[in-house]
Amino acid sequence: MRKKRTESPSLLSKAPTGIEGFDEITGGGLPAGRPTLISGSAGCGKTMLAVEFLVRGATQFAEPGVFMMFEENAAELIANVRSLGFDLEELAAQKKIALDHVHIERSEIEETGEYDLEGLFIRLGHAIDSIGAKRVVLDTVEALFAGLPNHAVLRAELRRLFHWLKDRGMTAVITGEKGEGNAITRYGLEEYVADCVIVLDQRIKEQISTRRLRVLKYRGTAHGTNEYPFLIGAHGFSVLPITSLQLDHQVSLQRVPTGIARLDEMLGGQGYFRGSSVLVSGSPGTGKSSIAAKFIETACRRGERALFFAYEESNAQIVRNMRSVGIDLERWMKKGLLEIHSSRPTLQGHEQHLVMMHDAVHAFRPAVVAVDPITNLFMTHNDAEVKPTLMRLIDFLKKEQITAVFTSLTTGGDATSAPEDSQVGVSSLMDTWLLLRNIEFNGERNRTIFVRKSRGMAHSNQVREFVMSDKGIDLVDVYLGNDRVLTGSARVAREAQERAAATLRGQDHQRKLRQLASKRKAIEAQIVALQAEAEAEAAEVHFAITQETSREKTTCQSTDATARRRGGANGATGDAKAKR
Amino acid sequence: MPAFQLRLYVAGQTQKSLAAFANLQRICETHLVGQYCIEVIDLTKTPQLAAGDQILALPTLVRRLPEPIKKIIGDLSNEERVLVGLDVQPVKA
Repeated sequence: MRKKRTESPSLLSKAPTGIEGFDEITGGGLPAGRPTLISGSAGCGKTMLAVEFLVRGATQFAEPGVFMMFEENAAELIANVRSLGFDLEELAAQKKIALDHVHIERSEIEETGEYDLEGLFIRLGHAIDSIGAKRVVLDTVEALFAGLPNHAVLRAELRRLFHWLKDRGMTAVITGEKGEGNAITRYGLEEYVADCVIVLDQRIKEQISTRRLRVLKYRGTAHGTNEYPFLIGAHGFSVLPITSLQLDHQVSLQRVPTGIARLDEMLGGQGYFRGSSVLVSGSPGTGKSSIAAKFIETACRRGERALFFAYEESNAQIVRNMRSVGIDLERWMKKGLLEIHSSRPTLQGHEQHLVMMHDAVHAFRPAVVAVDPITNLFMTHNDAEVKPTLMRLIDFLKKEQITAVFTSLTTGGDATSAPEDSQVGVSSLMDTWLLLRNIEFNGERNRTIFVRKSRGMAHSNQVREFVMSDKGIDLVDVYLGNDRVLTGSARVAREAQERAAATLRGQDHQRKLRQLASKRKAIEAQIVALQAEAEAEAAEVHFAITQETSREKTTCQSTDATARRRGGANGATGDAKAKR
Repeated sequence: MPAFQLRLYVAGQTQKSLAAFANLQRICETHLVGQYCIEVIDLTKTPQLAAGDQILALPTLVRRLPEPIKKIIGDLSNEERVLVGLDVQPVKA
C-alpha cells in the first residue's frame, strides 16, 4: 500500500522512513529527492539505519531501493541484517531491492592516465533502472578514498554523483565515519551532502551504554534538535522522542476489576479505569507484587492478555511465590495469555529497558501490563532522569489503552514515617495510587492498604487491613478501639472480646426474661388463689343468705301456722294450747 | 589462444575512450605482437557487465589472461605504467 509523501507547496517533501519515532522527530522522514548524511563512529548503527530505510521504503511505501556497498559484500550484509528481521535475499528476488557490491582493491589498480568514475554512475544507473528505484544507499563512500589514489578526481566525481542523484530524484542516504575532533566525517563528505545530516552516537555511562541519535542539520524543516535515545531491537530501530509527547490520547470509561473485591469497592465500586496507570507503593514486604499479580491473574481470567515485567525475581520464583497466596500464574502462561519478562535492571541502560518493553508490548499486544518494581530500573538515576523516561512509558501505554500497574519500593514506611514523600515525583504521572503500610502494634506488624488518590472516581478514604493467606488476598475492616487502629491479632482479640460480651448480654437478657416469666406465673397463681377465695366467700355468703332466707321462710311459715292456730280459730275446741 | 586476453571497458565514444583504445592498440602492437586479443565493452550499451569485473573508473583495462586479473585505470597514456600494470616485458624498440 503506497503511503503518500507529505507534500505541500511551501514545505519540503519528505520520504517517510517507517522507523518508529524517527519520522516524528524529522517531521515526516528524510528529505525526498535529496541526499542525507548519516555519520557516526564504528558500530553505531549507520548501516542498519540505512538498510531499514531501504527495506521499509520497499515494503511499506512502495519505493524500491538500491543498496550500494563499498565495504561489506552482499552475503555479509544479508547475514547481518537478518537479525533485524529483514530478508534481503527475498526482497532482491522480488526486485524490490538491488544489492551491488563495489570492491576496490588498491593493489589491483594502476593509474595510467586520466579517468573518471563513470563506471560507478553506470552501475548505479543500471541498478536503479532495473527495479525502478526511488531510494539509494551508499555505504560507505569513504572506502573509495582508501582505494583510489587520486582524491581530487574522486572529490570532483562525488560532487557530480550527488548532483546526478538529485537530478534523478533519488532520496539518497550516505553513510560516513565520524571524523576526528569536531569534524562530522573523516573525508569531509558533509561538503557535498548538506541537506540533512544525522549523527549517531554511542555513549557509556556507569558501565551501561546508550545509543543516541541527533538531527544535526535539516534544511527547510523544523526538526527536533535534541538527542534522542534509540535502540536497535529485533524489529529494527526504535527511537523514542521524549519531548514530542502530546497529551492527546483517548480515555475510556470502562472499568477494570482489581481482582480483590473489597478493593474494587474502595475504588468507587468498580476498580481501575481502563488505560489508567496505577502506582502501588510501600516498604518491603507490604504485598505490592501480590497486588500486581492478582490484577494480572484477574485479567487473564477474563481472557485478556497480560505482560508482567519483573526486575527483581525470576519467572519461576514469581510463579512459586504467587502460588503461596493462591494465585496460579502458570496456568495462564501455559494458555499463552500471560508472559513474564524478567531481567536484571543492570543488564541494560534504562532506555534500552523501555524500548525492550515497547517491543514486547507491540509483539504481544496485552491489555494489561505490570512492572514490578520500577524503582529497580532507576537505581542509579535521580528523579530528573527517571521522570521523563517513565513519562514516555506511561504515555505509550495510555495510547494503546493498556491498564498498567507499577509497584514501587519506598524506604521506611512505618505508620510514623511518611513513605509518601519519596514518591511525589513519580506519583503525579499516575492516575491511581495505592499506599501499603505496615502497622506495628503490640509486638506484630500487619499490612494495611489505602487509596491515596484515584483520579476521576469517588474512592474510599478508609484504611483497610489487608490479609494474605493461601486462599488469596482479602481486605478486612479495620478496628477502631480507643482511637487506635487495631489490626492483626489485636483485632482478632478485640473481636473475640466483643463477641463474648455480646453472648453475655444475650444470656443476661434470657435470664431476665425467664425471671419475668416466673414472676408472672407466680402472680397469676396468686390471682387464681384470690379468685378462688372470693368465690368461696361468695359461695358462703350465698349459702348464708340462702339459709337465712329459708329460715325466715320457715319462721314465717311457723308463725303463720301458729298464728293460724292461735288466732283464727278461737273456737270451740278451744283447745287451749297453752300459750307458749 | 592468445596469451593475453585484454578487455577494455569504455563509456561510449568519448575522448578518453578513443584515446584509451588508440593507446592500447599501439602498446599491444609494440610489445605484444601476436600474443594479444582485445575486447572492447561499451558500458553505455551493456551496463550489466560492469559489476562482473568490478568496474568503477573508466576507461579500465582488465587483463583477464594470464592470471591473476589485473586492472589498469585511465586512458593508458602512460605507457610505462601500462606495461608494469600488465606485467609485460617491454620490447626494446
